[in-house]
Amino acid sequence: MVANNEQKGTLIENIAKFREVGLLGFIIILSVVIQWRNSSFLTLENINDMITNTAILSILAVGMMLVIITRGIDLSIGATLALSGMIAALTVGAFPNLSPILAILLGTLVGLVSGLILGAIISKGGVLPIIATLGMMYIFRGLTFMVSGGQWVSAHQMPESFKGIATGSFLGINNLILIAVLIYVAFYYFINHTRTGRQIYAVGSNPDSAKISGINHDKIIWLVYTIMGGLSGLAGVLWVSKFASAQGDTASGYELTVIAACVLGGVNIAGGSGKISGIILGSVLIGIMNNALPLINVSPFWQTGIQGSIILIAVVLNALVKRGVDMNALMRRRI
Amino acid sequence: MKKLFLGFLSIFLVFSTLAACSQTSSNEGSSDSGSKDGKKRFAIVFKNTGNPYGEKQMDGFKQAIEALGHEAILKAPDQPTAEAQIQMIEELISQKVDSIAIVGNDPDALQPALKKAMDQGIKVLSLDSAVNAQSRMVHVNQADPVAIGRVQIEAISEMIGGKGQIAVLSATSQATNQNAWIEQMKETLKDPKYKDIELVKVAYGDDLRDKSVSETEALLKSYPDLKGIIAPTTVGIAAAGKVLTDKGLKDKVHLTGLGLPSEMAEYIESGVCDWMYLWNPIDVGYLAGYAADALVSETITGKVGDKFTAGDLGEKEVVEDGDGTQIMLGDPFKFDASNIAEWKEVY
Repeated sequence: MVANNEQKGTLIENIAKFREVGLLGFIIILSVVIQWRNSSFLTLENINDMITNTAILSILAVGMMLVIITRGIDLSIGATLALSGMIAALTVGAFPNLSPILAILLGTLVGLVSGLILGAIISKGGVLPIIATLGMMYIFRGLTFMVSGGQWVSAHQMPESFKGIATGSFLGINNLILIAVLIYVAFYYFINHTRTGRQIYAVGSNPDSAKISGINHDKIIWLVYTIMGGLSGLAGVLWVSKFASAQGDTASGYELTVIAACVLGGVNIAGGSGKISGIILGSVLIGIMNNALPLINVSPFWQTGIQGSIILIAVVLNALVKRGVDMNALMRRRI
Repeated sequence: MKKLFLGFLSIFLVFSTLAACSQTSSNEGSSDSGSKDGKKRFAIVFKNTGNPYGEKQMDGFKQAIEALGHEAILKAPDQPTAEAQIQMIEELISQKVDSIAIVGNDPDALQPALKKAMDQGIKVLSLDSAVNAQSRMVHVNQADPVAIGRVQIEAISEMIGGKGQIAVLSATSQATNQNAWIEQMKETLKDPKYKDIELVKVAYGDDLRDKSVSETEALLKSYPDLKGIIAPTTVGIAAAGKVLTDKGLKDKVHLTGLGLPSEMAEYIESGVCDWMYLWNPIDVGYLAGYAADALVSETITGKVGDKFTAGDLGEKEVVEDGDGTQIMLGDPFKFDASNIAEWKEVY
């Protein structure tokens, strides 16, 4: 009996230490409600579709989290995604025998270069991130139209191998999901267990003391925008491969969805904090909404309203629970 | 204050004299060259250059005008803006062309320029993308909502054998065109010969690729017996084609709608989409050419009920369109495995 109680105590304590518990609870409740309305929600096929559709968003959310942690924001990712996707699509259109791996590398490289330029403008030029990225958003979007000559690349111009990037699977798991998981594992290690990763948090939570303690502030800022660019470039190739279509207006406005996923996942928009587990949950919640709202047959006029309300409720709930958890932690410290 | 006002007034006067000068001079210049060979001159102004869809439209216009023995002037600005088009209209006015056909970049912004043209006796009509009713005599509409609604129901009925559940994947819930077409589809479905077809849902993909994919997936899951999808929007039909391809649902769920040939070539060639529709840009231009000629020869004046013969397209009638009038092209053009290879290069 006593042992049982003790076990319970540690379990609750463990849950209480997990700050995203509010969000997780909300996702579970939401899933139950949706499942009750439409029983095809929690089927293997639907879950697979949902995660596949969310993979690109979650990849971008990693980069955006790093940017937001350093007190920045990146509005140019939708445009970077379109640019690298377009360049990759045009290239595989011209050279159908190109290996899909090379196409992915090419797209990522385009994104990296875009991010490198953007990072230089922000860190060396001292331009505010919101302004620099807004400007680059238009430049990258314009470049997309320029390289494509206002045309689009359609499914029939892309070789099967390229479209196979998004449709293929390894051990029964879709490639997009695999790529997202690999990125999450790599970045979990990077931000939690490497010196540079921890420096990103230091720069975000207190830039002045970070500088004093010898952290190269500019280098870190430059790095996060370059990473963001690289991930957007990768996402661009995956996007174009998934939808088998590269257009000038690909993913326009998508940056806001990515920012929403980060904020939902508890990334502090004022910088300094944010966890991989949080953005996974944030992306999953956005993914559930995109997948489930069409399933539960609500009027399209209500859809966006419902989507907004769910985001607000989730953020408020999460903030309240987080505050409770923090208070608990403080109280424990005093004793 | 008074000084400022006088200042503006004088600047205005200087510019208006300058403008008047330049206008009279170019007027004289072009009237010499214009009626030299006695040919009438018909101009078309497209949205922008380098658009294959526009090239085809201008080709059609040229065909019609040359078949009638007149001279066609094909124009398009570099940028798809109203300002650039206004400049071109001004040039055409000073060249004293007989007619201007415009594919508007803005419904209202062109009004002053087009009104000026009409005041000088130039016949103005719009095609494809309309300008407002005050700035044109008649509009050539590529999309006859009744015909578009009807052919898509006929197509899906033929594909699914006249029996089963169908769904519509549209653009946004407020899209005027799509809503008009869906209304017509519902009207057509009331016909007793379609009594076994059930329209289970109208889904809205907002013309976003990711959302259209999610909506298509949701349709397939919510209605496991779904036999057909009609997507009267180019983004929607391509997204649905991709989902059906990836899920291997060819021949189980049929797809038709309105799509761009280049985007749909893949799915039409593979048989995921048996056939689909869109208007033929050549025909739109061709009809506009004949309509322009009818206006210039005063066979029609742009009033409801006017009739004229449009070459190979047969007799056309001017019908009402809000507070203006329009000429309908008729049934949309069918793209299937036999002609898609040729059209996928066009647009």
